[in-house]
Parts: sequence; structure tokens; C-alpha cells
Amino acid sequence: MSSVGLPLESGSRFAAFLAVLHRDVYVTGKELPAFLAQVILQPLFLLFVFGKVLGSLGYTRHGYADLLFPGLLGLTVVLTSIQALAFPLVAEFGWTREIEDRLLAPMPTSFVAAEKVAFAMLRAFAATLIMLPVGYLVLGHIPWIWGNVGWFVAALVLGALVGSGFGLLLGTLVQPQRINIVFSLVFTPLLFTGCSQYPWPSLARLRWFQVVTACNPMTYVSEMMRGALTPSVPHIEPWICLLVLLGALTLLLTIGVRGFYRRAID
Amino acid sequence: MSVVRVEELVKRYPKAQVNAVDAVSFEIESGEVFALLGPNGAGKTTTVGVLTTRVRPTSGRASIDGVDVVADPVGVRRQLAVVPQRSNLDRAISIRDNLIFHAAYHGVPAKVREARADELLTQFGLFERASTKPDFFSGGQSQRVMIARALMHRPKVLFLDEPTTGLDPAARLFVWDRLRELRDAGVTLLLTTHDMHEAAALSDRVGIMDHGRLLALDSPDALMRSLAGEATLELTADKPADGALADSLAALPGVERVEHLQDSQPEGDVFRVRLYIAGTEAAGLVAPAAAALAAQGLALSDVRLGTATLEDVFINLTGRSLR
Repeated sequence: MSSVGLPLESGSRFAAFLAVLHRDVYVTGKELPAFLAQVILQPLFLLFVFGKVLGSLGYTRHGYADLLFPGLLGLTVVLTSIQALAFPLVAEFGWTREIEDRLLAPMPTSFVAAEKVAFAMLRAFAATLIMLPVGYLVLGHIPWIWGNVGWFVAALVLGALVGSGFGLLLGTLVQPQRINIVFSLVFTPLLFTGCSQYPWPSLARLRWFQVVTACNPMTYVSEMMRGALTPSVPHIEPWICLLVLLGALTLLLTIGVRGFYRRAID
Repeated sequence: MSVVRVEELVKRYPKAQVNAVDAVSFEIESGEVFALLGPNGAGKTTTVGVLTTRVRPTSGRASIDGVDVVADPVGVRRQLAVVPQRSNLDRAISIRDNLIFHAAYHGVPAKVREARADELLTQFGLFERASTKPDFFSGGQSQRVMIARALMHRPKVLFLDEPTTGLDPAARLFVWDRLRELRDAGVTLLLTTHDMHEAAALSDRVGIMDHGRLLALDSPDALMRSLAGEATLELTADKPADGALADSLAALPGVERVEHLQDSQPEGDVFRVRLYIAGTEAAGLVAPAAAALAAQGLALSDVRLGTATLEDVFINLTGRSLR
């Protein structure tokens, strides 16, 4: 039989990492319409109803769409990366066991976790960048300052990392049979306490809620986006957001990777 | 040259009272088919888990082709492939893509992996369905896909967990044939099974495990020879008898041991024994045994000639049956 014999020349660890990433991108490519629908629909409707409909009916003040838009970018980048990581991970560790073939690939276990994070970030970037033309189409214009692109990119990357950390945490801690309840218990609060629909300083009149929102890392992503896109709206200073997000993602990724190791190796 | 080496391996899971694997040592030669035989929970899967870098040993050492599983897990993963009991195929892509991506993870060049995938799919009778996704495959077909996938990167050692459990007889024979071909081609195989027929049919050597310990390790023939007799003679008579009859049967020439069989006769109104006989001349004992029965007023109703099986070996070692 010609199909066995000496092992073929072994690939490098990084090649294994790239091959797994390639597989994930390949599958996303084959399911592109589903992927687009999944990432666009929710922010699109939020943008349309809160930014366009309520504004046209006179229920929101002029300019609300401008402060909503950066918040929705923050929401999209964080939630997309959580979903892109946590849902497949729960299934792969739980019932499909698809991850086993990757854990046995010739690369360190940490690379398998890193690939998950890298892919979740790619999805989050795609979903968030699509919001720019979508926002333009829905609202007629979007707030954008070329001089602040650096802060926009920083918010994008940090938001995706924080979301990935959350996703890794949820994906390795949640039991498969509890996935639905846990995700609804986590997502809804995350969605509405992340300052995507209101700027944080404006909550001073609602002090307790301002404290609650300060505990949600997504708040700092939304605020950083505002600092970049609509600096005239009162917002948390970007450098404060930067520090908080660096701390949050270090914590989340540390716990998440530890959880990943616990699931991967007995 | 031994390609798999396990020395005084111990694994105790957190919070467990006993060791899942308890000071197990063995070596597997290159090109050998080695079976770990034992009931569920015996420690087979944990032992394989250590060798395949998915379980961290508590103490002891294990290596594949000289590469230590703890010191260099990545190096070990290059040498091996695993066929699990339950499908873990990638459901989002076709079975051909399953093979191709697996090869890519292992650094097989793009051109090589395409050709090799087609070759293996043909060999495993799956070529016609190459573009189908795994969800549409039966258990036996998934098993074949997983073996084909495992061979994509030409592993030195192939681990198979209960390779034919739950398969229908035809699928089982197909898998056995493929595994024999692999053995002939020089791949080292380590299979875990609780099926003694599988262990006896495929392996060069069998390690019998129970409660985390390796109780015996030898070729199937040698293990069966290690029992009191090589041949067995099962006798059934029409009514129960006392101990004197068993004694007179034990006194027959060549009989090494007499075992009472009761489990399958709940009514208990018959006499059933199995005689273990040195040598292979069990048939010659039928007439003297029938005479001994007749002397006690019993009539012989059934006779079965056989040889000791791995199941008998297991019972002899542990005092209980495999399942």
C-alpha cells in the first residue's frame, strides 16, 4: 500500500496555525451571506430605528445619530468577536469535538487558542468595517475624522481583543446544555450597559447606572470610538479607555486561555 | 526498536481517590499491532491520552519514537494520529476537505495532499462521496473517513479507540482488513478495545488492563496458553450433581481444572462444567467424561469443544467478565 511510510516533512508550528486560520476563513467564505446577515442585521436595525426612524419622528434630538453611530461600532466589534469565538468553541469542546483534530496538530495548545482569537478578531473587523458604508446608506452621512483614525483603529483592535477574551472565557466555562441561558443572561446586559446608545458622561444624572456601565469593558470601546469620531460629544478620555481596556483584555485573555488549557488537556 | 515506550506511568485525576493509571509500563516495537484490552474504566483511554499529549501524566514517563510527551508535545504530535471512537470530523466541510485540511495542519505540501486525499478516499471506498459533508455518513463510514484522515500525514504510530465498536459485521471486517494492510505496510498500531475478538484477531501483543493496572502482556496465543489448559470441554447433563462428580472429572487424564458454569442456567436444574485440558486432545475425553457422568446417574445432553479465549484469560486474572 503506497499510502503509508515515512512521515512527510513536518511543517512548522506557525504553518499549522495558519492552516487552521485558513480553514476558518474558508468556511466563512462558503457561508458569506449567512455571515453578513448575522453581523449586519442587529446594528443595522438599531441604527435604522434609533438613528433614523426616531429622529425623523422627532423623538430624538438632532445629532443623536452621530453619537449613536460610534457606539454601535463599539457594540459590533465587541459582540461579534464574542459570538465568533464562544459559540463555536462550546460546540467544538462539547458535542462536535471538532477541535480535537487541531489540538493534535503539531503546534502548541496556546496556538490553537490564539488562532481562535485571531479568527474572532478578523470577523469582528469585517463586521465593524461593513458598518461604515451601511451607516452612510442609512443615515446619509457618518461622523468621521481622518486625523483620529489612529484612535479608531485602536478602539477596533482593543474592542476585538476584549470581546475575544470574553468569548474564550464563556466558550470554555459554559456547559453545552446551558449555552442558551448563559448567552441570554450575558448578552442582553452587555448590549445595554456598554454605552453604545448613550455617552457615559451624560449618565451623571443617573449615578448608579453610570457606575454599572463603568464596569462593562464595552463602555470604554464605545467611548473611545466617540473620542475618535465625535470628539465634540462629551466622552471619557481615550487614554483612560486605553488603559482600562488593556487591563480588561489582559485579565480576560489570561482567564480565557487558562480555561482553554483546562478543556484541552486533562 | 521500540517506538512507543511507557515507564511507570501514573495518572491521578484531581479529586479522584484512586489512580486512573497505576504504574503501567510497556514498550511497543515498530510495526507492531498492540491492543490494550479491558473493561470501561480500566485506564486504557487515559493511557492513550497521555501518549497522544491530551492527558498530563502525574508521574512516570512516556515517549513516542524517543520524543518525550511532556517535554516536547509538539514533536510527539508530528509522529502520531488518532482515530477516536466517536466522530470528530469537521462538519462544516466535505470529507475530502477534512482530509486536505488535516494534512495542511501537519504541513503536507498542497500538491501532495490533494493527490493523497484522492488516493486514500479511493482506497477506503469513499471517492464517490468525496464532496459530501460528514453529517450524511453512517458510523462505519465516518470511521473509515477518520482512518483515512489519520493517514494523510503518514503517522509513525496510529492510535485507534474501540475501532469497530457499534459497527455492523461487514463494516467491522472492512476496518479490520484496512488495519491489517497498515500493519503489513509497517505502521505501528495501538488499539484500545473491550472486545476480545478484535484484540485476538488483530494484535501481535495484548496488554490486559483493569483498575489502572497492566495485569498481563503477551501475544494472544501465549496469554491463552498461560491458562491451565489450552483446550476446553464444556459438558451439560440433565440434572444437578454433587461435588463428587466434579472430583471424578478432575481426576480424568489431562484435566487441569474444572469450572462450574451456572450463570446462563437460572433454573439450576442441570449440571454444567468446563474442563480445561492440557494439550489439545479434548475430544478423546468425551467418552470417559460421559462414563463418569453415567456412574452418577446423569445423562450427557450437550458437549462443546473449544479453546481458551482472551475472555477466559481476563476472567482468570480479574475474576469477572469483560462486559
